[in-house]
Amino acid sequence: MIRAIAALWLALLVGAPLLVVAAMSLGVPVDGLPPYRIPLLAGEGMGEAEAWSVLTEDGHFLWALWRSLWLAGVSALGCVALSYPMALGLLRVPPRRRMAVLGLVLLPFTVGFVLRMAGWVGLLRDSGLVNQALIGLGLITDPLPMLYSEGAMLAGMIHGYLPFAFMPVLAALSARDPALEQAAADLGAGRLTIFRTVTLPVTARAGLAGFLLVFIPAAGEFVIPELLGPPEALLAGRAIWQEFFSSRDWPLAAAASMALLGVLILPILLWQRAPR
Amino acid sequence: MTRLVLALGLVFLWAPVALLAGFAFSDARQPFLWGGFSLRWFQALARNERLLEAAFLSLSVAAGAATLAVLAGGVLGWVLARQGRFAGRPLFGALAAAPLVLPEVVTGLSLLLLFVVLEQFTGWPQGRGVATVLLAHASLGAAYVGVLVQARLAALGRVLEDAAADLGASPLAIFRTVTLPLILPSLAGGWGLAFLLSLDDVVLASFTGGPGATTLPVLLFSQLRMGPTPEANALAFILLAVAVPLGGLFCWWRGGK
Repeated sequence: MIRAIAALWLALLVGAPLLVVAAMSLGVPVDGLPPYRIPLLAGEGMGEAEAWSVLTEDGHFLWALWRSLWLAGVSALGCVALSYPMALGLLRVPPRRRMAVLGLVLLPFTVGFVLRMAGWVGLLRDSGLVNQALIGLGLITDPLPMLYSEGAMLAGMIHGYLPFAFMPVLAALSARDPALEQAAADLGAGRLTIFRTVTLPVTARAGLAGFLLVFIPAAGEFVIPELLGPPEALLAGRAIWQEFFSSRDWPLAAAASMALLGVLILPILLWQRAPR
Repeated sequence: MTRLVLALGLVFLWAPVALLAGFAFSDARQPFLWGGFSLRWFQALARNERLLEAAFLSLSVAAGAATLAVLAGGVLGWVLARQGRFAGRPLFGALAAAPLVLPEVVTGLSLLLLFVVLEQFTGWPQGRGVATVLLAHASLGAAYVGVLVQARLAALGRVLEDAAADLGASPLAIFRTVTLPLILPSLAGGWGLAFLLSLDDVVLASFTGGPGATTLPVLLFSQLRMGPTPEANALAFILLAVAVPLGGLFCWWRGGK
């Protein structure tokens, strides 16, 4: 009985939506409301699957998919690479003050995602604080065009997603056995060697979990590229959004979503096998 | 070396946020130009009815979605931890975890298409609005609550519940007097998490919300696309000013244990 209620919840709010997307990707866009027709639901067979042929023949979208994976990979790597030294630094803080410093790390996130990106706009735009400072110091005369660039987008991605990598890495590092590193040090290993041969391997699973926790949502990210990235930067999340809201081609948006899910299946399965 | 990176990381994390909070007190109309000290943007914020309405809507949706998420997620977690193997269990587990790993645009699009198709066949929901956003957020929140409850129940084991059963308690009495009190911390934490997720979401709310259901993040996002505003700076300062004492209180509470 209770299991049936739970199953119904999942079927209605998780399973059915995914099936509808799959069906929609086989539909055709039409003028009118709603702006689609699905031959499969009308009992007319599979139809032509036009959206899929557009998707696979149009290099545009495949390129967007590839760029999304690349951006997600670099962002996730950046988050993990920043999380390790930050978490190790935090664990060197005396225990009495550690909670306060952890609070200092997490507090910026309470401002909310959109406002944090507004802060990056304020830092990086032509009349922004960084350009004002550089001009004030006499280092440059014309503002550097920093906003709407790959770099700005990456900064925003790492700023947006850092806690997803930081928290699992911190948890694994604080649970590790200090005796292992002590032993390595006694045997004469340098600090970098200890990190590479002891610390990193014993926390590798948490590092991988952190990487995937950033990588998967980042691959479909829409808001950050829209606010900070180059206007022409075509990414999967943006393509889906535009097909849906601007072009009103719902079948193509659905097919693009399925394609994005398809390339994320492997990392998702990896994530599900990673320990929490 | 690691402490240097920690310091640099803190600068990276705080730079955009401190900028917002600092310039909240600037008199200039340009959001990031210093024009002398002034509280005018806080006054403007207090008079901005559109923004206040959106904020109130966001808080209500978040509270409703979190409550629904705790109810549904609690059941999900309990089934996953306590029902053992049953037919369809792998699919059940995969669907329970799916919202955690699906990219937001995919979840948003899929829920919206579900609502559209559902309306076509059943007449409900009539258009998109507060109810559809709330359901979308509850679906995401329930997945998080489910994971928390499942982990808590798995860590506790069945010993206490078995003991209660040996002493003759009915399944309902066991749930009420043993299981529920034990998972209450996870439910409370899950409620907070679902509340914050809902409060910070742009993508799901954009897909599943209609013109009458503009939440605060959606409004801020659409404004930011036109350019930053000094009122948003004032809002950022207020959020920090609320979070600092709450965080301090939490540290003190955790430190006491």
